[in-house]
Amino acid sequence: MPSYLRISRLTKKFGGFTALDDISLEIAEGEFVCFLGPSGCGKTTLLRAIAGLDIQTAGRIEQNGRDISALPPTKRDFGIVFQSYALFPNLTAAKNVAYGLQNARTPRAEVARRVSELLDLMGLSAHGTKYPAQLSGGQQQRVALARALATSPGLLLLDEPLSALDAKVRVHLRHEIKQLQRRLGVTTIMVTHDQEEALTMADRIVVMNLGAIEQVGTPLEIYREPTSPFVADFIGVMNFLAGTVVGDRAVRLGRTALDCEIDGLAAGTEVTLAIRPEDIVVHEGRATEPNTLTLRVDALAFLGSFFRADLVGDASDGVLLRADLPVDLIRRRGIGEKSMLSVLLPPDRIRIYPGSTVHR
Amino acid sequence: MRLFIGVIGLYLVAALALPLGLMLAKSFEGPQEEFVGLANYVRYFSTPALFQSIGNSLWVSILSTVITVPTAFVYAYALTRSRIPFRGFFKTVALVPILVPSLLPGLALVYLFGNQGLLKAALLGHSIYGPIGIVMAEVFTTFPHALLIILAALALADARLYEAAVALRASRARIFWTVTLPGARYGLISATFVVFTTVVTDFGAPKVIGGQYNVLATDVYKQVIGQQNFQMGAVVSVILLVPAIFAFLVDRAVRRRQVALLSARAVPFEPKPQPLFDLAMLVYCVVVGFALLSIVAVSQFAAVVRFFPYNLTLTWAHYDFDQKGGGGWASYYNSIRLALLTSVVGTFVVFVGAYLVEKARGFALGRGLFHFLAMLPMAVPGLVLGLAYIFFFNAPGNPLNVLYRTMTILVINTIVHFYTVGHLTALTALRQMDPEFETVSASLKQPFYRTFWRVTVPVCLPSTLDIAIYMFVNAMTTVSGVVFIYGPKTELAAISVLNMDDTGEIASAAAMAMMIFYTNVAARMLHLLLARWLERRTQAWRRR
Repeated sequence: MPSYLRISRLTKKFGGFTALDDISLEIAEGEFVCFLGPSGCGKTTLLRAIAGLDIQTAGRIEQNGRDISALPPTKRDFGIVFQSYALFPNLTAAKNVAYGLQNARTPRAEVARRVSELLDLMGLSAHGTKYPAQLSGGQQQRVALARALATSPGLLLLDEPLSALDAKVRVHLRHEIKQLQRRLGVTTIMVTHDQEEALTMADRIVVMNLGAIEQVGTPLEIYREPTSPFVADFIGVMNFLAGTVVGDRAVRLGRTALDCEIDGLAAGTEVTLAIRPEDIVVHEGRATEPNTLTLRVDALAFLGSFFRADLVGDASDGVLLRADLPVDLIRRRGIGEKSMLSVLLPPDRIRIYPGSTVHR
Repeated sequence: MRLFIGVIGLYLVAALALPLGLMLAKSFEGPQEEFVGLANYVRYFSTPALFQSIGNSLWVSILSTVITVPTAFVYAYALTRSRIPFRGFFKTVALVPILVPSLLPGLALVYLFGNQGLLKAALLGHSIYGPIGIVMAEVFTTFPHALLIILAALALADARLYEAAVALRASRARIFWTVTLPGARYGLISATFVVFTTVVTDFGAPKVIGGQYNVLATDVYKQVIGQQNFQMGAVVSVILLVPAIFAFLVDRAVRRRQVALLSARAVPFEPKPQPLFDLAMLVYCVVVGFALLSIVAVSQFAAVVRFFPYNLTLTWAHYDFDQKGGGGWASYYNSIRLALLTSVVGTFVVFVGAYLVEKARGFALGRGLFHFLAMLPMAVPGLVLGLAYIFFFNAPGNPLNVLYRTMTILVINTIVHFYTVGHLTALTALRQMDPEFETVSASLKQPFYRTFWRVTVPVCLPSTLDIAIYMFVNAMTTVSGVVFIYGPKTELAAISVLNMDDTGEIASAAAMAMMIFYTNVAARMLHLLLARWLERRTQAWRRR
C-alpha cells in the first residue's frame, strides 16, 4: 500500500530535553493509527509536529507526496479534535461546524447544506441552534468532530478526544468514531493513553515511550507479541518472572525448569519471562506435564466475568503469578484462599526478554 | 501578527521607554545639556530643603498606609463576614473616591478644617495644611483601592477551612488568627504596597493641602513649573521612581503567589448571623461611609453656596468657570473628549496588545519585552511620565514634537499611564479561553483575525467594557500625568481644579471637581446599562 503520511527521522528538542528522538513512521491512506503511551512519551508532540503546531527540530514529514515539514498549520491539510473540544462558546453548534466552510467562494446555500448533512451524520440535527454550554459532553465532542470533518481534510487528528467523557459515553463514541472513519475512509491519527481505546479502535498501534517508538503493529500483534517488557507491561496485564537460561528450550525459575523458546540466548543469560493471566491454565487432573507449577491461592478477586487469583509458590521460590480463572472452575472445584492448584504455563504463550529486570 | 506586535510595541517604546530613558539621561546633565555625572545628585543630597522631602514623603506615606489598610480591612471584613444589611450600598459608597480627582478631598478638608473651617477646633491648634491634611486626603483617596484588593482576598475564603476549625473546637479569635488572616495575607501585603505607592507618587493632595510641607511629588512640580530647573526635576523624578518600582516588584511577587491559592477548589463561605457583631460592623460601616460621603457632600455644598459655611445663600456663580482662573468650561469639554478618546483608542490598543502577547506563537523574546513594557507604567508615577514627555516630545530634533501640547499627546500619555491595569484585565479574560481556539482555526484555514473578531472579541466583551470604563474614569480624574504637557487649548477639568485652587477660587475648584464626579457617575451608570444590554444581546451562550 502506498504511504499517505511519511515521517522520517523526526527529532524535537525543547531546550535540553528531547521530546522526540529520531522517529520514522509510515501511515497508509485510510488507516486508523493510534499513538499510545504513558504521559510524557512524546505522542502529543508527534501529533503537534504533524499538524505544524510545534515544528520539529530535525527530520521530514511528507503528506500525500508533498513535503510539509516547514509549512505552518494553515498551509497543511488536516482537521483536529482536542480533548477540551475547543468549541467556540459564543457560536451555535451549526455555526461551529460552518466555521471552516464560510469563505467568499462557497455560496451560503452550499454551506447550509453541508452543515445540515454533517449534523445529520453525527445525529445532532435537533441541536444545531444550541450553544456548546447547552450540549452534553458527548454531543460537544460530536460537534467538534463534525467541525473538523467539514472541510473534508485528508488527515484527521484526534488528541485524546474521549478522555474528558464518562465511561459509558466513551465506549459508545469509540464505536461511533470508528464506524464513521471507516465510512469516510479518512486517514486518522488518534493520540491516547488508554490502551483499551487503542486496541478497540486502531488498525495499527504505535506504542511510544521516552520520545521513541517501542513497537508498531496491529492490536493483536501488540497484545500477543510485545517486543519489549515495556510494551508487554503497558498493554494489558502481564506477569513477569525472573529466570536464567540453562539450555536449549530450558529456563530455570527458582527450583523449577520451564520449557520455552529461548530466542537463541546463551546458557547462563539472565532473562525475564512474561505470561498473561488469561494464558495460565489450571490442571484438572494430576500434574505430570512439563511447565507445571504447584501454587497456593493467596487472594481471589471477583471481577464479574472471571476471578483474578494471586498465586504464590513456597517461600524459597518467590514465584508470584496472577491468573484469570473462570467463574465456573472456581465453583466446580470449590477453590478458595489457601487452595493448592497445579497450573500449566503453555510454552507457546511464554515470552522471554533478556535481562533480569522484573517489573513491579 | 508580528507586524501588529511591532506597531503597538513601537508605541510603547516611543510613549514610555524612550521618554523615561531620556529623563534618566537628563538627570546627569547640566543646564547646557553637558554631561555632569552625578553632580545633580550631589547637589540634591547636599541641599537640606530638597532631600528633606524624602523623609516627608516616606512619613506621610507610612502614616497613610498604617491608617488606610486596617480601616479598609475591617470594612471589607464587615462586607464579607457579617450579615449587615445594604452591603451593596456600602460597597458603592466606598468606591466613590475613585470617581473624583485626588485634589477634591484636599478642597473639602480646607472647608472643614482650614483657617475658616467649621471643625478647625477639632485639630487642637494644629494646621490642616501639612502632614495632617495630606494624610487625611490620602486615606480618602486610597481607601477604595485597598478595599477592593482586600475584598478580593477575603472573597477567596474556603468554608471548609472554617468548618474544620470549628470541628476542632477552635475559638473565634483563634480562627481569625489562624484561618482568616493567613488567607487574606497576600491581599493585605498587596494593599499595603498599593496604598504606599499611591501616596508616595500622589501629587493632588499635597499640592492642595500640603502647605509648606514639601514632598517629592510637589518638588518635581516646583522644580519644573516654578524654577524651570528641568535637570533637578529629573533628579527628583528618578528618586521618586525608586520606592514606586520597589513597591511594584514586591506587589508582583506577592500576586504571583496568590494565584496558587486561587486554584484550590474552595467552597464559598456564608457568614452566619451574630446580632452583636453584626451591629458593631453596621455602626462601623455607617461611620466610615459617612466620613467618605461627607468629603464629597462638603465639596458639593461649598460649590453652590456663596461662601461656605458663613453665607449659605444658594448661587450658581462658582460654576461661571469662564470668568475664573482655570481653563473655563472648555477645559471640562476637553476632559470629556480626552476621556472618550482614551477609552476607545486605549481599550483597542490594550486589548489587541494583550491578545498578541497571549495568543501569538513563537517570537517569545518580542512578546516578553512587550509584556515588560506593558507592566512598566504601573511603576511610573504620572508626574515622572509627564516630565519625561517634556524632554522627549519637546526636544527640537524630535519629529514628534508637533504633538506637543495637543490633544493627541494627552491621549497618548493617558493611555500609557493607565496601560497596566487594562493589560492585566485583558490578559485574565484571554487566559480563560481555550488555548486551542487558534489551532482549530488554523486547521480550518481561517486567518487569525477572523477568529479574533468572531470569537475572541465577543467572548471578552465584558472585560473590554471594564477596561473602557477604567480608562474613562482615570482620564477624567488624572492630574499628575498631564499637568506638564497640556497646552492653552487643551487644558483639562482636573487641571482647572488645580489652577483655580492656586488662584484662591476654591469654591469653583470644588464645583469643577464635582462636575468630574458627576460625569464619572454618569459614565459608570451608562457602562452598567450597556453591559446589561450587551449581555442580553450577545452573551446568550453563557446561559445554560
